[in-house]
Amino acid sequence: MTRAVVLRRLAGLASLGVLLVTGCAKPVRDDLYVLLPGKDGQAPGALTVESGGKQATLDQPYAAARVKEPGHVEPSTVTAEQVQQAFGPALAAQPMRPASFLLYFLENRDDLTAESQQTLTQVIAEISRYPAPEIVVIGHTDRVGTLARNDTLSLQRAGRMRDELVKAGVDPAKIRVEGRGEREPLVPTPDEVAEPRNRRVEINVR
Amino acid sequence: MKVALSLAAAMLVLAGLAPAARAQEAGHVKVVKGAVQIERGGQKLPATLGAAVQSGDVVTTGPDGSVGITFLDNSLLSAGPNSVLAIDRFAFDTTTHQGAFESSLQKGTLAVVSGKLAKTSPEAMKVKTPAAVLGVRGTEFVVRTGDSKE
Repeated sequence: MTRAVVLRRLAGLASLGVLLVTGCAKPVRDDLYVLLPGKDGQAPGALTVESGGKQATLDQPYAAARVKEPGHVEPSTVTAEQVQQAFGPALAAQPMRPASFLLYFLENRDDLTAESQQTLTQVIAEISRYPAPEIVVIGHTDRVGTLARNDTLSLQRAGRMRDELVKAGVDPAKIRVEGRGEREPLVPTPDEVAEPRNRRVEINVR
Repeated sequence: MKVALSLAAAMLVLAGLAPAARAQEAGHVKVVKGAVQIERGGQKLPATLGAAVQSGDVVTTGPDGSVGITFLDNSLLSAGPNSVLAIDRFAFDTTTHQGAFESSLQKGTLAVVSGKLAKTSPEAMKVKTPAAVLGVRGTEFVVRTGDSKE
């Protein structure tokens, strides 16, 4: 019987609840790799696990691979509870997910629409939850007016939002402000077309 | 003269060298619990909230420690207790989202949410352990590595 076969049988016994008797010549590894379902319900993507020329692809939620020694990749499946048991502290230390918010502006002005004025409070409250935040505020315009005027306007809009964040207690050193003018419309339009959805500021936080 | 020189040096740093120094920056500590250290060039620095993590750093957690780091491409890596995590290489072009992110978990536990790098090219992100190499295609996963006696 090869060592690999012995190990596999021992592993089988262990999974039946029999304690694995240690004392093998080499230490046996206890590696576990698990693909998790995406947080926002999106497809989980895939993870390839390669060890000593052997490979397994994990592409289902909770699909797992165990490596007890290099070159032996055992496909497996675990439960959410087992993941929590084995990885609880690492998962609890996950940083907050980066988020992005859009606020809309009145035509040719750096004042928010009434609706966005309402959401601003929520957006600021959400951003304030981030520990050690890094924030990027990006202003945009629609395509009415000159490029130069829109560059200025987009920066003014972004600046207003920066001021609101600072007023709410965010460290100004952690905020980067950019203006993209009319160059990156959310909704593509011909030049000189008024489009409310393009008059916006995007706030990214992580 | 010395004063003038160091003033000039300081101004240079302010004017142009600071971005260059920041280019090495890979991410920031967003969550820290218990004992966590960042080893950089033979020095051990405490991993405080907001501390920068650079390419080449090794992050270690104590028996009661855990740490969460957000990288510049929005990858999220968090390690549980008794872990050793090396940031072997991090390069990210914020315009094209191209680059490379290689890290290795030498022991302990790690949770990963991949970011823009893994989305742009499936070869860009790799996580190694002493026993395996993981290829990441836009995904969330966990890793445990070590001897079974540990």
